Amino acid sequence: MSLLVGTRKGLFTLERHGSAWAIDHVDFIGEPVTAAVVGHDGTIYAALGTGHFGSHIWRREPGGDWAEVAAPSYPPRPDDATDVSPMTQEPWPWTVQLLWTLEHGPASRPDELWCGTIPGGLFRSPDRGASWELIRPLWDMPERSQWFGGGYDFPGIHTISLDPRSPDTLLIAISCGGAWITEDAGASWTVTTGMRNEYMPPGEEYTTLVQDPHRIARCNAHPDVVWNQHHNGVFKSIDGGRNWTEIHERPPSVFGFAVAAHPTDPNTAWFVPAVKDEMRVPVDGKLVVSRTTDGGSSFQVFGEGLPQRHAYDLVYRHAFEVDHTGDHLVMGSTTGSLWTSNSAGERWDTVSHHLPPIYFTRFTGS
Amino acid sequence: MPRIAFTSNLRRHVDCPAAEVRGTTVSECLADYFATHPQVRSYVLDDQGRIRRHVAVFVGGEQLRDPAAQTDVVSDGDEITVMQALSGG
Repeated sequence: MSLLVGTRKGLFTLERHGSAWAIDHVDFIGEPVTAAVVGHDGTIYAALGTGHFGSHIWRREPGGDWAEVAAPSYPPRPDDATDVSPMTQEPWPWTVQLLWTLEHGPASRPDELWCGTIPGGLFRSPDRGASWELIRPLWDMPERSQWFGGGYDFPGIHTISLDPRSPDTLLIAISCGGAWITEDAGASWTVTTGMRNEYMPPGEEYTTLVQDPHRIARCNAHPDVVWNQHHNGVFKSIDGGRNWTEIHERPPSVFGFAVAAHPTDPNTAWFVPAVKDEMRVPVDGKLVVSRTTDGGSSFQVFGEGLPQRHAYDLVYRHAFEVDHTGDHLVMGSTTGSLWTSNSAGERWDTVSHHLPPIYFTRFTGS
Repeated sequence: MPRIAFTSNLRRHVDCPAAEVRGTTVSECLADYFATHPQVRSYVLDDQGRIRRHVAVFVGGEQLRDPAAQTDVVSDGDEITVMQALSGG
């Protein structure tokens, strides 16, 4: 098993030596690597946001060299298009601003890839990244006009969760556009219900189209169980994400970006709390991981091995992951710290405190 | 013929040797170049065919006036230079 760590200035590959992880090599040094996924055949796909020169995807087959493939691209914006940001009234850009998440398709379609982008388009590749198509039924929905950006000027799709029971069922999450389900590979979409926000005016708390799920994670062995770290708290679904129930207590706070779901135990999930939306630092300067093992009724807080004084690390939505066993976790912060746990999150080991800002972490293989 | 050259910062990402190109506007010259170097297109133009926001194009030392459609006129012997804007960190 290897570990991919995408950062603002390169893609780091780590290998495990005994119980410890160490950096093995760095690819794309100096370049923002915004997302990556490992295909069923071990091929790695990495999304680069080169800053000046746009977003691009590179592919490396096992034992091979990196080669650039196609990247998602929006079609020409129609002259009569009227889509504008509901916040700024600025015309919606039909141009990729960020390749935010990459996922592979089901085992029955091993060449399939999915990509979520800012400004809110979902793309599918049927051919290992050789070509991409914008999922027009989602993009063309009139409801899109209500989505808005959270931390970015325009909204983005950051979570694409396939239902392992059905290759055509996907749950996606948008900041800030709620979460949506398709059961026909993107031809039609249904918004999910039950999330609550505190950033809209009174009466609009449960409006489905403007929710800000920060990250959604599914239990692979029990796909109906899905966890949701939302801008305003924690939510859980027991029907594949169609309906959400709020979990009101999650010490030391309910704010955060990251969530990891146990691959086989539907009652276990991990979170990395921060103070709140206007104070995005660990509570009391102590970085901790909060874990439930009883379905969200109670939580244990773990800080052993993590900085417990003057820590200002923030863990973003893609930089927290559990492996296929449920025993090993990895966590990377915006201040370039990287930790791993071999004890289901109870104790943590430092890999580095001086990497570039970390965008994502990915376990590869088994 | 006009000639087009690219900043070394772009050559880090994609093979983009300088070349002579055919065309009477920057748009035509870029299209002629992309015909033989298709991978360079998405590094210079965005999804809508505009010069990327953080890319700067000069014709004979003058900055491009029409980054949206690149209708700027190019004369025989002109040098088109594709640079990166000063931004980022």
